[in-house]
Amino acid sequence: MATTRILEWLGRFYVVLLLGFLYLPIIIMGAMSFNASPFYQLPFEWTTDWYASLWQNDQLIAATRNSIEIAVITTIISTALGSMASLALYRYEFRGKKVLQALLFPPIAIPWLITGTAMLIFFFGVGIGRGLIAILLGHVALALPYVIVVVSARLQTFAPELEEAARSLGANQWQVTMRVTLPWIMPGVIAGGLFAFAVSFDQFVVSYFLSTPGQTTLPVEIYAAIRKGFTPEINAVSTIIIVVSMGLMLLTARFFKFGGEK
Amino acid sequence: MADQLATGSRRGLRPALPLLLPAYLWLTVAIFLPLSAMVFFSFMTDLPLAGKEWAFTLGNYAAFFSQSLYSTLLFASLRLGLEVTLWCVVIGYPAAYVLAKVLKGRSREAIFLLVILPFWSNGLVRIFSWAMVLREGGILDTALNAVLPFKINIDLMYSYPAVIIGLVHSYVPYMVLTCYLTLQAIDDSLIEAGRSLGASRRQVLRRVIIPLSMPGLIAGSALIFVPVVGSFMEPRILGGRTGTFYGTVIEDQFVAVFNWPLGAALSFILLAVVLIILALAAPVLRRAG
Repeated sequence: MATTRILEWLGRFYVVLLLGFLYLPIIIMGAMSFNASPFYQLPFEWTTDWYASLWQNDQLIAATRNSIEIAVITTIISTALGSMASLALYRYEFRGKKVLQALLFPPIAIPWLITGTAMLIFFFGVGIGRGLIAILLGHVALALPYVIVVVSARLQTFAPELEEAARSLGANQWQVTMRVTLPWIMPGVIAGGLFAFAVSFDQFVVSYFLSTPGQTTLPVEIYAAIRKGFTPEINAVSTIIIVVSMGLMLLTARFFKFGGEK
Repeated sequence: MADQLATGSRRGLRPALPLLLPAYLWLTVAIFLPLSAMVFFSFMTDLPLAGKEWAFTLGNYAAFFSQSLYSTLLFASLRLGLEVTLWCVVIGYPAAYVLAKVLKGRSREAIFLLVILPFWSNGLVRIFSWAMVLREGGILDTALNAVLPFKINIDLMYSYPAVIIGLVHSYVPYMVLTCYLTLQAIDDSLIEAGRSLGASRRQVLRRVIIPLSMPGLIAGSALIFVPVVGSFMEPRILGGRTGTFYGTVIEDQFVAVFNWPLGAALSFILLAVVLIILALAAPVLRRAG
């Protein structure tokens, strides 16, 4: 019994170590964004200058605006299209349904390097070229499978008898969907939308291949800056991004348990 | 039975089509057609743009097989993928076990969320954060020199270990997630039965727990191995000059050298390798899921 106790405490200690490994670099990065030395020298001297100077950086602000706009539009389109597809996959039985479901995995499983370069080639070939439109096309495609998987998971908990009951009481298809099904799957739709926003807002690889100097997103702009050399300004903007994306995921966790207990 | 009745009346593709078409058309235009176009381009001498001359060729693939540089780099990337995956197993599996079998209730939920959270945050920024820790005069260097009585120089930045550390940091939550899901499904009474029949802790682990959680281990490994083999941003930022891998060479073809057909061929070879690996992992995953 005593050994079990000791082993359990060792296990807890180990998990704390893992959390340290996961979070310490991020915390240090954040701390350095408030340090006055431009070369990250210690001792630590408090400043918010690096955040203030972000506001002077027009390029960065333009990229931030692009990132937010693309993420919002991606969220709207992929949530709408993805929820519709999930409903169809849930409601109807037809040949080839398994194939359609299997087709959702290549966009998730194939490395973004391959998807991104393939999109670059194709969009160039058909005349769309690079730029914000191309990035948007790519982001929606990357987000769609996540939305469909999350909304479908929620639909699994929905009793089809409810739709039948509504129908037998005289509701038409539209009314059934809007008044019965949609309210039930709403948590799934919201979680799917938040996933879509995160996929788009944090996407680097695909955006990188599809952007041009004037039309770029925040992560691409940060990558370019990192390649030129590390500056506390990069720490500042990175800290903002990480706070936003983690906050977003905490919000998502309220609607979707990430496969944890029910 | 009720299920069958309810869905049985809704047969056929036609009523489903209006709901399905928009999403799948989008996927076709942005994923499936581009992947096909990439295959097509990989057999060309040049881009058929702006009236440039082009012809079909096997030259891009010949380049891969005749120049040992590309196959060497592919092997370097496969090795990187293997090493990162192994580290993720070693680090992630015990944590998943503690989460699934030791922690209970709200503390389990909270810690699970904390482990998963970084995974859904910005990958680029997390890689950059390691530069702060690993560079000379960085936190690791300063902290160790403050504690140790003798002077040592820690400058892991721009080295192979730095790339490994960054990638393990990026992907270990995946392993914790997939292993946690399978470990949680193991009935505690199975473990107790093994113990009460006289098996040691190690025997229970080897004969009961590890075999039953194998699907999670394999799923996690596939989900980590595949993107690591195709990684380029992580080696670029943390590896510096030592960070040349298969992925960075593909990146170069598209953003620096502008040899797109060769880039397409190299990408397609990577895709083939990836698909073979996923196909090998698929039977195990299907049995599990």
